Amino acid sequence: MSELLSPEPNRLRSSATSGILGAASPGGATETVIAAKRGWQAVDFRELWRYRELFFFLIWRDIKVRYKQTVLGIAWAIVQPVMQMVIFSVIFGMFIFGRMRNNPLGATPYPLWVFAGLLPWGLFSQAVSQAGLSTITEAPLLKKVYFPRLIAPISRTGTAAVDFLLGFLVYAAMMVFYRHAPGLELLLLPALLLLTIMAALGVSFILAAVAVAYRDVRALVPFILQLWMFATPVVYPASVVPERYHWILSINPMAGIVAAYRWALVGEPMDWMSLGIGSLVAASIFVFGLYYFRRAERRFADVA
Amino acid sequence: MTRPAIIVDGIGKQYKIGARERATRNLREAIADAVTAPIRRFRALREKASADELFWALKDVSFEVQRGEVLGIIGRNGAGKSTLLNILSRITEPTTGRAIVRGAVGSLLEVGTGFHPELTGRENVYLNGAILGMKRAEINRKFDEIVSFAEVERFLDTPVKRYSSGMYVRLAFAVAAHLDPEILLVDEVLAVGDVAFREKCMGKMEDVAKRGRTVLLVSHQMAALDALCSRCILLNEGTLVMVGEPSAVIAHYLEADARSGSEVDLAGHPGRARGMTPVACRFRIADNTGRPLKNIPLGSEARFEVDIVPNRQVRRLGVAIQVHNSIGRRIVTYHTKYQCPDALSADGPSTVTCSVPSCIIVPGSYSLVLSIYSGHEEIDRVEHFASFEVAPRDLYGTGKVPTSRDGIYVPEATWRIDPSPVTPGMRKTAMGERK
Repeated sequence: MSELLSPEPNRLRSSATSGILGAASPGGATETVIAAKRGWQAVDFRELWRYRELFFFLIWRDIKVRYKQTVLGIAWAIVQPVMQMVIFSVIFGMFIFGRMRNNPLGATPYPLWVFAGLLPWGLFSQAVSQAGLSTITEAPLLKKVYFPRLIAPISRTGTAAVDFLLGFLVYAAMMVFYRHAPGLELLLLPALLLLTIMAALGVSFILAAVAVAYRDVRALVPFILQLWMFATPVVYPASVVPERYHWILSINPMAGIVAAYRWALVGEPMDWMSLGIGSLVAASIFVFGLYYFRRAERRFADVA
Repeated sequence: MTRPAIIVDGIGKQYKIGARERATRNLREAIADAVTAPIRRFRALREKASADELFWALKDVSFEVQRGEVLGIIGRNGAGKSTLLNILSRITEPTTGRAIVRGAVGSLLEVGTGFHPELTGRENVYLNGAILGMKRAEINRKFDEIVSFAEVERFLDTPVKRYSSGMYVRLAFAVAAHLDPEILLVDEVLAVGDVAFREKCMGKMEDVAKRGRTVLLVSHQMAALDALCSRCILLNEGTLVMVGEPSAVIAHYLEADARSGSEVDLAGHPGRARGMTPVACRFRIADNTGRPLKNIPLGSEARFEVDIVPNRQVRRLGVAIQVHNSIGRRIVTYHTKYQCPDALSADGPSTVTCSVPSCIIVPGSYSLVLSIYSGHEEIDRVEHFASFEVAPRDLYGTGKVPTSRDGIYVPEATWRIDPSPVTPGMRKTAMGERK
């Protein structure tokens, strides 16, 4: 019956509300207070940590299920980015940049250059398309089992991060093939990875919270991502963008992040300003998304 | 130890009927709504919000559960049992009131939550265990026990999408049954599998109860509740009606159920013939004073009452009630064209009553088929929508009652014996046979 119904927020008792507290009682057992919550909620990081096993199991499930009943199995995780890289290398590398009189890429081989951008972009777009809809895909779970709802988008992002790491192995092989040794900048890659994940999570939290009630998000996400990809210098260098549009790139956190990957992997000059602004935007979206999700999650089971 | 494991204090949950439709509206409508919102708010302030739009799935429910207690929750469908468990498992929030839960909660609201068809039995045990809140080490420890409980050893590495439905629910229940939290919330999951497996599930639940776990159990199986629970609560339309000994609460519930069970809602009944628009909306069986009956005592007066809501004026209304026996054979037809010499007519909502002075079909179980006619045209038909029992009664005063093997109805008959004048031929024959 509850599928037909959705809750009417209580207007009478707007005062109450301690929310759910996980405080230890003298007996050692946890005491949980269940009551209506209103407004912004704190994020219970301790509880998230307690559910870390579920987080890993959900990642494990997503990866397992994706390659069940396939001939290539987990090899697809490598074939897919390689194919993408080949397609972009042929179209942009050979047909466009290869024929330009002064190639903006200089001496860097286009496949290596484009892959260095496709890695973070692939992580971001896969995370957003999966995690952003995680409240729809995990609805049966959300309606029958309690777990911190944040686990749903975070675990989907984790799955994308695993694919990123597999893709990075391919990249390492390509570096050997092109005899291109990265510099010490490579050591900053883990920090960049965290930054990418933070950017992806922030956007995903917002989409996932909205998607519960508005399924429009499902139709909108591929479109948003496509547009976003073209607004980010992934397959083309930022230098081909006219100066007066550069402000778009600087508020787009992915532009700074992708540029930073190229700095770390193929030794392009670093635009610290752009990365700084991008990180600030990503962090703001992340914090807002986190709390917006927490605020919306109490209605998930009723409207999902 | 004296502190209750669960305190439920004035819990209420309100839903807005039809609000889901609004919630899933698309963005364009949402924007249009946002634009027109001020106008609607103005109207809403002037008119009072209609009370029909709001629905309390639970209303001001309070009770306590002591540590180690097994509490049964009884109620008809829609009484709020599942909503209560959903709130206590923190899946949804209460609208009013609060609850305090002391201890780790495991909830079992559905068998096989999170099972993935593509994964093997083994993989699903781990996944499902983790979803239900088990630690990986705990699953490792209990793995063999779970598998042997489910009796699926041979199919452990087969994707569960190839399992028979029986194997699937056995495995799913086995994982859930090995969940070992301090407080366990169970919603109607004992009724899975075949009879032997159900017995096993019951045994498992008894074990859990004996180990001093606090259990809240929703079930329609009264025997199970009676055997497992130390106390029961009865919910009706969202309110707490009764708390007490399982046997007392069950008796109260069954009695109330029998009283209301004789009325059948026909408006959206699945037995309605294809293409028919509902005219008949309710049906009941009553005794000669109008009191609802579930069973008709043999030989007593019974009334079949049909509430109709014709969508137009019906001048020559016809109503037929067929009675079918348990093997689907039509036994009796009550039809206005036979038994009602005057034409009936209906201008609006009406109740048609068919009185049977003496119900004399043999004791047993029967089902009904109802047809409504306008003239010769059948305008509504609902098949096998209700069943009733004709209860045996010593109608003849002999202590013996005919059964379905004797025929289909219990006729009125008298017997006697008289001396007869003897003809010579008869005596001869009789004498001859005796030799």
